Order: sequence, then C-alpha cells, then structure tokens
Amino acid sequence: MERSPISRRTLLSLTAAAGAGAALAACGSSGPGTSSGGGKAGTASYWFLTGQPGEGIRQAAAERFNKANPDTKLQFTAFENDAYKAKIKTAIGAGQAPTLIWGWGGGGLKSYVDAGQVEDLTDWFGQNAPIKDKLFPTSFGPATINNKIYAMPCETVQPIVLYYNKKVFDQAGAKPPQSWGEMMALVETFKGKGITPFSLAGKSRWTNMMWLEFLLDRIGGPEVFQSVFEGEKDAWSNPAVTDMLTKLVQLIDAGGFGKGYSSVDAGNNADQALLYTGKAAMMLHGGWTYGSMKNDGGKFVADGNLGWMNFPGVEGGKGDPTDTVGNPGQYLAISSKATAEQKETAKKFFQTGVLDADETKAWINDGGSVPVVKGTESVLAASPDAAFLKFVYDTSVNAKVFAQSWDQALSPTAAEALLDNIAKLFQKQVSPQQWVTNMNQVIGK
Amino acid sequence: MTALAPPPVRVADRSTSTGGRSKSVVWMVLPALVMFAAFGIIPLLGVLGLSFTQWDGIGAINPAGADNWFSVLSEPGLLHALWVTFLIMALSWVFQTPVSLLIGVFLASRKRYRGFLAVLYFIPLLLSSAAIAITFSALLNPNFGLGAGLGVEFLNQDWLGQSNLAIATLIFVVSWQFIPFHSLIYQGGVRQIPTSMYEAAQIDGAGRVRTFFSITLPQLKYTIITSSTLMVVGSLTFFDLIFVLTAGGPGDATRVLALEMYQTGFRANLMGPASVIAVILVLVGLGLALLLRRLGGGSASDSQLEGA
Repeated sequence: MERSPISRRTLLSLTAAAGAGAALAACGSSGPGTSSGGGKAGTASYWFLTGQPGEGIRQAAAERFNKANPDTKLQFTAFENDAYKAKIKTAIGAGQAPTLIWGWGGGGLKSYVDAGQVEDLTDWFGQNAPIKDKLFPTSFGPATINNKIYAMPCETVQPIVLYYNKKVFDQAGAKPPQSWGEMMALVETFKGKGITPFSLAGKSRWTNMMWLEFLLDRIGGPEVFQSVFEGEKDAWSNPAVTDMLTKLVQLIDAGGFGKGYSSVDAGNNADQALLYTGKAAMMLHGGWTYGSMKNDGGKFVADGNLGWMNFPGVEGGKGDPTDTVGNPGQYLAISSKATAEQKETAKKFFQTGVLDADETKAWINDGGSVPVVKGTESVLAASPDAAFLKFVYDTSVNAKVFAQSWDQALSPTAAEALLDNIAKLFQKQVSPQQWVTNMNQVIGK
Repeated sequence: MTALAPPPVRVADRSTSTGGRSKSVVWMVLPALVMFAAFGIIPLLGVLGLSFTQWDGIGAINPAGADNWFSVLSEPGLLHALWVTFLIMALSWVFQTPVSLLIGVFLASRKRYRGFLAVLYFIPLLLSSAAIAITFSALLNPNFGLGAGLGVEFLNQDWLGQSNLAIATLIFVVSWQFIPFHSLIYQGGVRQIPTSMYEAAQIDGAGRVRTFFSITLPQLKYTIITSSTLMVVGSLTFFDLIFVLTAGGPGDATRVLALEMYQTGFRANLMGPASVIAVILVLVGLGLALLLRRLGGGSASDSQLEGA
C-alpha cells in the first residue's frame, strides 16, 4: 500500500531525511487549512512526503514558486509516508485538510470526493488545456472519478518491472523468460543452483499483489479487473481469476519465492538486497527500486548487472504483454474547505510550479525516474540512467493499458480485504475458490 | 468540616467515605476525576456511540443501529483475533511469570553487584517497542540475519514466516522486553518480606528451596496478582511490537485484537466495526482485571505492610 518512490529508500536515507524533515517542520508550522502563520490570505498549505531524493525535489519546486510569488506563497510540511497516510485522513475528516492534498489518486481520492472534500477541477483543466496536454494522458485515469477530474497528476510514472540479475543468469546459462512457461521452468534451473528464483517481500502484502495484477492481466486481459473496479456483481468469479490464482499457487508450491519470503519486509528493501547480492535471480517490483538498488547495491547497477523487462505473456492468455500496471502518477488535489485565495494560489502553482522545467529535470537526473511530462526524451537520453529511463518511458507511453495498482484503485475497504486475502492465499490459509468468494463479498464496498 | 474528616488512611475504605463527612475528600478527588472523565470516560462513550454508526473517517456519520455489532460478531476474523490474543496472553504469562519471579528473588537477595546487575537486566525496558521490533526483525531475517551471518544452521529458521514459529518468536520478544519490569516488581515484593520470617525458617532448618516455597512464594501472593494483572491486561494492548515485527502475519497468524481494530479502522476505513472491536477490547480487559482481582480475594490492592 505504501508504495511511493520515497518510502522505499533505505533506512540510511530515511535517517538522513529525518533531519531534513525536522528542519522542514519548522517551516510549516501553521495549522492546516488556515491562513495563520504565513500571514497573507493567499498562503496555501501543502503537505508532502519526506525521503530523498523526492523530498528535496518537492521542496525546491515549492521554494521556486514562493520566490516568484511573494504574495501568494506555499507553506509546506513534509511527513514520513505512513505518518502522512494516517494524518491526511484524520485531517480531512476533521475539516482541517491542507490546501494541496498530495496523494496516489484512485480509491483514496474517491473517498475524498464522495465526502465532498476536494475541488472539481474539470472546468479548470478545460480552460487550461495546455497544462493538461503537457502531461501523460494515462496519468489522468486515477485522477478521474465519475468522468470528472479531481486532481492534477504530478511527479513521476512508476510501472512495475520484472528485474533480473544478469550475472546470475549468465552463471546458470539462462535467458530472461519470454512466457509464463519459461518462468516456471527457470524456477527449477535456479533452485538447482541454490538460488531463490524470485525475490519477494511477502510480509508487505502489496508486493504479492503485483504478481496477481500482472498474471490476471496476461491471462484475462484488463477487462477482468476493470469489471471489479466498476463494482460489477461477482466480477471476481471470472474463470481467469481462478486460473491466475491456481498458477500462482503452483509457483509458490514449486518454491518460486524461496523459503523465508513471508517474513521479508519491503520497507527495509530486504527483497532488493536479495536480488543485487545474487541470492535471488529475479524480482517483480516497482520502477522506484531502480534508484535504491543503484544507491545500495554497490556497483551492481553501475556495472550493468541489472536487467529489466516487462512481465511476459501467459500461453493462451487474452492479455496484451505490452500492458503494464503500477502508479500512473502522483496526485495533487485542492481541498474544498480552503479559502478562495488559497485555491487561487494552488491553481497558480498548478499552472507555473508543478513539473516546471527545473522540477522535470530534477526528477530525471536526481530522482532517476520518468516524470509524467511529454517530450522529455532528450533529457532522458542524456541522463546517466538513460537505458532504464527509456524503458520506463516507452513502457508507460506504449502500454495500451496502464492500470493503476489494485490497492490504490479500489476503495480503502476493498483494498484492505484484498491485501488480507492475498496474504492468506500465499500462506495457504485460503484456497483460490475461497479467495474468489471472499473477494466477491467486498465488491463495490 | 476539618474536625469531622476521617483520617486520610481510611479514605480507601468505601464504607466509611459516604455522606457529608467526606466533602473534603470529594474535592481532593475532583482533579483526578475530571482528567479521567475527559481522557477516559468521554472518549470511551464516543467509541461506544461510533460503534452504532457507519463512518469512513472522512465523510458524514450515519446511524447504523446494531449492524456493526452483528457483522463483527458473526465474522470469523474477530474470533480468530480473540483466540490469538488469548493465546499470546496465556503463553507470555506462562513464560514470563516464573522467569521474572526467579530473577526478582535473585536480585533481591544478592547484595554484591546488585546495582550493576539491575541496570543490565533493565536495559530492554528502556527501549521502545518499535526499536526492539526492528532490531529483532533484522536479527531474525531469514536471508541476512543472525543465522545466515553466523552460518549456524539451527538459527537459520524462518522465524517470523511460519505461523507457529512466529507466535513463539513473538512470545520470546515480548518476554525479553517485559521480564525486566516484572522482575523489578518481584524484587520490590521480596524485599518487603520481613527478614524475621527468614530467620525463623533458618532456625527451623529449612533449606533454600523450602524457604522459597514456604515463605517467599506465599508472601508474594499479592505481588504475583499485581504483576499478572499488568501482564494480562498489558498483553491486550501489544500493538506496536506486533505491528512492526510481523504486521499480523504470516497470513493472519499473529493478528491480535488491537491490530484487527487498527486494520479495520485505519486501513479499511471502517470506523464503526473498528469501534465495536475497541469496545470488545475494553470489555475483555475489564473482565480479566476483575477476574484477577476476584482470584486475589478482592483485597490485593490493600496495604500489605501491616499484615505480613
């Protein structure tokens, strides 16, 4: 659930960020949703996440905006990922939301929309077509609820990628898998060498979910989850779902994830460490892990030992292997409880601040990721991570369907049930049939 | 008024503190009562109220009658969480009580190095649960932890990844954290026992084991009840440790009531059902505390100084 480029950073960078966060906290001392502290009526509050490099990039963008607009400033406060998630929900519930609500869109945003807590931006985007046209069209999906746009896409696109360790593959004389059958065959190959075929942080639950997302898309196509998303009755009963779950159980039974996967925690990047230390051969994980493997993995990435590819197709499946899932962007919504002046400031920030040329460059060069802005190919090509960034860019732009991760797309209630049942499936506490029954019960909730 | 006020020692005795005579006592109790009402009773009533509503924590609060109660009570999740809670409670009591009793007795009798040992034993008590959980999960990591690092095959288990092993590990970590505290209580209890009783035992020719079972243990009855009450009621609120160490996993093997409440309320945004679980948690805690008090003869909280 707490998937963001920032939260996946190492403990080291977290501690570094803690210092910066404390310094930042001093900046944003005023109460949310009020104009006190900053003094001027146009001062808008803005909460975002700690953790480098994202925190520095966000802070720099806000500071540039403040410098250019001395009368209508942003007052920003940074929060650690989990703390932010709890705080923002409580703040909105109490009518104390910041002017700019940073988030992941999808089901979370919908719960704000249903409660009438965020501004409808459809007309504004209509009047400001150049701003809309600047961004990836796919990034608007999770910002759109009932055909209305409630948030501005910002920051970066993060598809889920199948990573592999080239060194380990060379040693085993193996080739990157081109189909599900080849993936299953590789399980035996690597087990024979004493290497875990797939690194998985099972304790974190959403990490397991990535496997379901891709497998279901490749087997049944994107329509299957779409019908769940749309609340169609018994949508999980589609035979593709049972097929997907059965295949996954087969992979678990075959030892695809190794022995201790269910206690591995993605929060401290232990799963990534398995891949770059060569204890595991492959890993299905978000695009954000490239940056942290580069930071923590010694020369692993620099020496070109990290391989990456899109999830392969499944034999006989209906899905298109160019589809992808993940985070089509991050999102900024405007609190409906903010004053008219604050809303104006926020919209001005959308026009001139969000993903300006400097921020765009910073996400590419410092953040090692692809911003949701069109026409950055030349900057991407000049980056030291050009090969990976080009892959992410192409995957995101060429994907016929870029689905949002399930736990973000669904309502918090359904997402929690989903993660709970996935964890139980991986522990064999529920069978595929029970899984389908359990999940059908929370459709539309 | 002052002349008629009873001596303060007898205030605890309910039967004499009624009527106008205790006006001054009421005033003395008032600050505590106000605080207790503001931070104890009122939130509790709020939660009770919320348990009859439907609320996602953000939007409007709608009345839901007893729906939440029916749905939570009929769900297998609650029963499972109750079972795990009681299991962890019982196991941690069974494991912690004898160990802390022995350490407490040992610390109370030994004069040399007592200060040093006391500090050494109490270090775990000074650490926060989250820090302890992070440390242990790193040590127990199946790939990079103690077992893999030292190359000791026995230590190289999937400690937190298998249901039974995860519960056992949890009990161990909980005990590691709280045994120092209970040892402290027992040490205090042992040092309250009059030395004359030990001298008498010595004259009667009782050995160390006999002295322990005939004098120390019976004299510690109330201390055991106090410690057990804290242990049992405290184990209902194990949250931070379990949350960081196993997050309720693997699957739902270590999902206790408090964690179930958190997941329901703050992850699934179901404040109504979460409030039902919270109320159940309070009732279970209250019931256990009363039960332990009853077991102690109802007088465990009376002063023991004179009765020794």
